[in-house]
Amino acid sequence: MRQVLAGLMAGLMVLGTGSVVMAQSGPLRIEITDGVIEPLPIAVPNFVPDSPAATELAVNIARVVAEDLTGTGLFREIPSSAYISQVTNFDAPVQYADWKAINAQALVTGAVGVNGNRLTVRFLGHDIFAQGDLGEGLQFSGTTEGWRRMAHKVADAIYSRITGESGYFDSRVVYVSESGDKANRRKRLAVMDYDGANVQYLTDSASIVLAPRFSPTGDRVLYTSYETGFPQIHVLDIGQVQRRILSSDDGIMSFAPRFAPDGRTVVYSQSQGGNTDLFRMDISTGQRNRLTSAPSIETAPSFSPDGSQIVFESDRSGSQQLYVMSVNGGEARRISFGKEGRYGTPVWSPRGDLIAFTKQNKGRFHIGVMRTDGSEERLLTSSFLDEGPTWSPNGRVIMFARQSQGAAGRSTLYSVDITGRNLKPVRTPDGASDPAWSPLQ
Amino acid sequence: MMVKTKAIFLIAALGLSACSNAIGWRGDDTAAGAGAGAGLGANGAGLGAGVADPRSPAYFQQTVGDRVLFAVNDKTLNTEARTTLAAQAVWLSANPEYAITIEGHADEQGTREYNLALGAERANAARDYLISNGVAGNRIKVVSFGKERPLEICSDESCYAKNRRAVSVIAGGFTS
Repeated sequence: MRQVLAGLMAGLMVLGTGSVVMAQSGPLRIEITDGVIEPLPIAVPNFVPDSPAATELAVNIARVVAEDLTGTGLFREIPSSAYISQVTNFDAPVQYADWKAINAQALVTGAVGVNGNRLTVRFLGHDIFAQGDLGEGLQFSGTTEGWRRMAHKVADAIYSRITGESGYFDSRVVYVSESGDKANRRKRLAVMDYDGANVQYLTDSASIVLAPRFSPTGDRVLYTSYETGFPQIHVLDIGQVQRRILSSDDGIMSFAPRFAPDGRTVVYSQSQGGNTDLFRMDISTGQRNRLTSAPSIETAPSFSPDGSQIVFESDRSGSQQLYVMSVNGGEARRISFGKEGRYGTPVWSPRGDLIAFTKQNKGRFHIGVMRTDGSEERLLTSSFLDEGPTWSPNGRVIMFARQSQGAAGRSTLYSVDITGRNLKPVRTPDGASDPAWSPLQ
Repeated sequence: MMVKTKAIFLIAALGLSACSNAIGWRGDDTAAGAGAGAGLGANGAGLGAGVADPRSPAYFQQTVGDRVLFAVNDKTLNTEARTTLAAQAVWLSANPEYAITIEGHADEQGTREYNLALGAERANAARDYLISNGVAGNRIKVVSFGKERPLEICSDESCYAKNRRAVSVIAGGFTS
């Protein structure tokens, strides 16, 4: 991708050195970490159908691509009513002047073919000011049922070419769906596309379920269930419809399970005699190792992406704080040193650079991020009750649960950029909590 | 897309095993009056007897007192809690046919998994006190519900104070 952009920049130099256009536009590039104030204007006209059967999907796919891109807060879509030229032939040359006249900086064109239940999507990104393609054209094929995924893949490619980062639209989120009032909450596991589409329920509401997490390959989900009347760790194989209890010792509560990056081991909390410590388990052999042995609460572990370290929360100092230790246990170093407040639910970024957390201070809850040594703490949100951050696969967006105050209090999902911008709700059919983002599919 | 179809089948399969979890978390909020003891009925073992019968679970629940409360983010038993637990121990010694499950709870002012651990600390503090007062450990199970099962649902201290609790729920017996 970098090479593509470098090529694009070289092209700009050749074509436009010294020109007014060049001075205004520069290379088409968004630096996500800058915290974009002015979104980049983009046009996403309806894709061109190759037959009447493809007409509806050609419209819908372009809509999802546009929603993905504008949903980041980095792009602003130019309404079709402003278009001067229409795109009716995917292979015809782009009328750059027409798009430049309406201040589009990027244009996405595409073609959709439908043959039975086979769907083919071709697309191209265009840099209007440079009058050139944004990378090479790509083609995706699949079933018509999977049209949203193909739209997300198109949007991921466009996002990636303009930001230089990998995308996150072709991803899913597993979460706890909540129904019923606060005094009689019913919970079940659900999985959906990152944007709230295609919700599927994975369990019924007969037992409390908590805090699901995807495996590194996205094919399994670890969670805590009260199915036995007692909190135990369950693993559910989404593809093979199998689930089993990983821990079933009588009288020992286990919860807060997380997959290691290798997908073979699980770190979790076990509560025995009232004392909660962290343990590691080999999923196939069931062999367990104790990682902590303090009389305090040790829970909410999260692996570093390279699998060598674990960040977790502990109240060993007298209040809930964040600690990092080796994956083999041993000495832990405290990383949260805010003068006030309690820190919990640490989650290591998939990029490895940041740790997201929940902070409680003076009756308010915040989602925040800090570097892995605890420096540069930044709070991104503030509300009556925000908790449980999860990272987008590219480490640029955080999703979390926000519960409203009072007897009618309800939990819903929100997302926010790591810059603190673009806070917005994620639509779900019912209440929702404990989101966990999948890797990019 | 494969995933979608299979997930739907899974729900159907799970539906068959619904209702197998019998722990009586709702048993603790019947103390309010109407329907007292209703939440215990599911456990059988002659729990239908009224509050007037000092050997009845309803008497244990309402007269002896089935719950102790905790301060914010604290697992310490205060004087009132120790008095209640001592009375529970006397009752349990006099009624050896019963076992109990102590359910630990937290208010909503905390993160989910921390509150699970905190509820476990509270339930175990109650358990340890009962054992120190002569109740056999094998008659006591503990479970934490964290902040999952609030008794009161407002978002201020009047409700939170009642939600930070450890409730001794009478079960039919430790062999059942």
